[in-house]
Amino acid sequence: MRAIDANRAKPGALLPILHAVQDAVGYVSSESLPLIAHELNLTRAEVYGMVTFYHHFRSAPPGRRVVQICRAEACQALGARVLEAHAKRTLGIDFHETTSDGAITLEPVYCLGNCGCGPSVLIGDDELHARVTPAAFDELVKAARAAT
Amino acid sequence: MSAVKVFVPRDATALALGAETVVHAIAHTGRARGIDIDIVRNGSRGMFWLEPLIEVATPNGRIAYGPVKAADVANLFDADFLHGGAHALRLGTVEDIAWFKQQERLCFARVGVTDPLNVADYIAHGGYRGLRNALAMSGTDIVKAVTDSGLRGRGGAAFPTGIKWNTVLGAEGAQKYVVCNADEGDSGTFSDRMLMEGDPLCLIEGITIAGVAVGATQGYIYLRSEYPHAHRALNAAIANAYAAGWLGADVGGSGKRFDLEVRLGAGAYICGEETSLLDSLEGKRGQVRFKPPLPAIKGLFGKPTIINNVISFASVPIILDQGAGFYRDYGVGRSRGTLPIQLAGNLKRTGLVEKAFGVTLRELLCDYGGGSYSGRPIRAVQVGGPLGAYLPASQFDTVLDYEAFAAAGAMLGHGGIVAFDDTVNMLEQARYAMEFCAVESCGKCTPCRIGSTRGVEVIDRIRANVDREKNFALLDDLCNTMRNGSLCALGGLTPDPVVSAIKYFSEDFV
Repeated sequence: MRAIDANRAKPGALLPILHAVQDAVGYVSSESLPLIAHELNLTRAEVYGMVTFYHHFRSAPPGRRVVQICRAEACQALGARVLEAHAKRTLGIDFHETTSDGAITLEPVYCLGNCGCGPSVLIGDDELHARVTPAAFDELVKAARAAT
Repeated sequence: MSAVKVFVPRDATALALGAETVVHAIAHTGRARGIDIDIVRNGSRGMFWLEPLIEVATPNGRIAYGPVKAADVANLFDADFLHGGAHALRLGTVEDIAWFKQQERLCFARVGVTDPLNVADYIAHGGYRGLRNALAMSGTDIVKAVTDSGLRGRGGAAFPTGIKWNTVLGAEGAQKYVVCNADEGDSGTFSDRMLMEGDPLCLIEGITIAGVAVGATQGYIYLRSEYPHAHRALNAAIANAYAAGWLGADVGGSGKRFDLEVRLGAGAYICGEETSLLDSLEGKRGQVRFKPPLPAIKGLFGKPTIINNVISFASVPIILDQGAGFYRDYGVGRSRGTLPIQLAGNLKRTGLVEKAFGVTLRELLCDYGGGSYSGRPIRAVQVGGPLGAYLPASQFDTVLDYEAFAAAGAMLGHGGIVAFDDTVNMLEQARYAMEFCAVESCGKCTPCRIGSTRGVEVIDRIRANVDREKNFALLDDLCNTMRNGSLCALGGLTPDPVVSAIKYFSEDFV
């Protein structure tokens, strides 16, 4: 409700509100949809459609750390395809999935703007890593698990 | 004695390469040795192979060292780097490094030089001169200066910026908007990000000039959510611009109002398309609109709207400061001014090169790029993001110029250049182009939404050697349908990387 009140007055308020909800609780729960819809005088379908259209929003809680691997061309040119395969194999999950211990959620991302020093990986909100080899990835995952 | 000034970039790539640990090490070592150090977090100079690149202000200019790791810091102190002392990592002044010296930095003149968030520093380096001039001019004259400069949209479509502004100027409406497209989603591009992190006030000034020119009082920067560092820099710079009276009810003491707000996207590539972006800003799914009406007539919330890319706006202050002729004198043919080119992918020396139009692809790849990072031959280059054609070595003499690229069946786009070495499999790259389109399609038109998925399947059948002739014909037909039947550039240009991969690298499709 706080997320709604802080952004309600803005023109085009739905996008900032969904960001505020996800920033606060990590995802946009199905329970929050009718509330947001009611407050903005929208239908539930419109709000649900927003959440599912944008890759950034998630409908279920993520693991303790979200690890995003860039799949875009500049990173591919430096070995992102190998890194992607390595990550899925060693974590035992596919993209959009969470490890069984709830520690790591793996997501693809299409460009982090670090195209001169790929492969690029983003951990959490803003921890960007460059030139991530499979071995470096293992170290990052180890550190991410230890931090949670 | 006053504190020694040390510059350590807060650019996202510099951070990804360890700049934050270097800052901690410098601060810690300085304290331990009782030396007073003033650390300035600047933008990146754009030489990524030298990042983290730190600079020390000395009486003989700013002396650079790089690439610096936290482990090098104690050693640098021992070598008296605070007075420009000799060290294996010492690079001299950045302006004397050939890679940097040969550039023509207009848009990026301040990036890496100034404290990005400091308004006084910005003004000391020529900032707000353009807006000051603009405030003394009529809207018609401002638009005329932008038109005469020959500036074309740097987002990729290369539409003349002045003509767009003129349409908004002439449109009737009590409320008009200025929207900055900072949804830099193309792989291989990062000039918007570097500018927003390294000189956000330049972008803010450019957007404000646009508002003053057409009588718009509200601006929005639509920023992609993948850029958290740029988000922080923009918000801080906007707050500082408000505090200094360069935004708000009385811009620069002119009595004119202009407000500016950053809105965060949510990971949709299609929102880089201007009409999708406007729908997204309005709080809807980012779906492409039919044109006409043009956004200049009916844009954000149905009102007349200027919508331009970050680099387009950031090129405006210098045009209003130095004059249209100054800017126009750079470049070739109908491509006037400079382009911040981004060298990415498998190159030894990646980073940002701002040059007048007219440089060749080969100069950029070999002279600036220094060949491949892996040391293997460069086999293919993709220019202009995921919708750009793949070019082989035989095309490397193409000149960077919008028309020359179009003639080569490619596009310059936002100026990103991604190099691949000879380990690349071009069938896989063609398949990825279709896959990307399927992931990112907004779903409004059928050729893009369905065509991309069918495209992946057809390429898979070619890979599996099923009815090759038939499937190549089908792929060709599908590409034509997407090219001619799609509503916007996503579906319309996805065939370009696919068709060019088959044309130039047919051996990978055997």
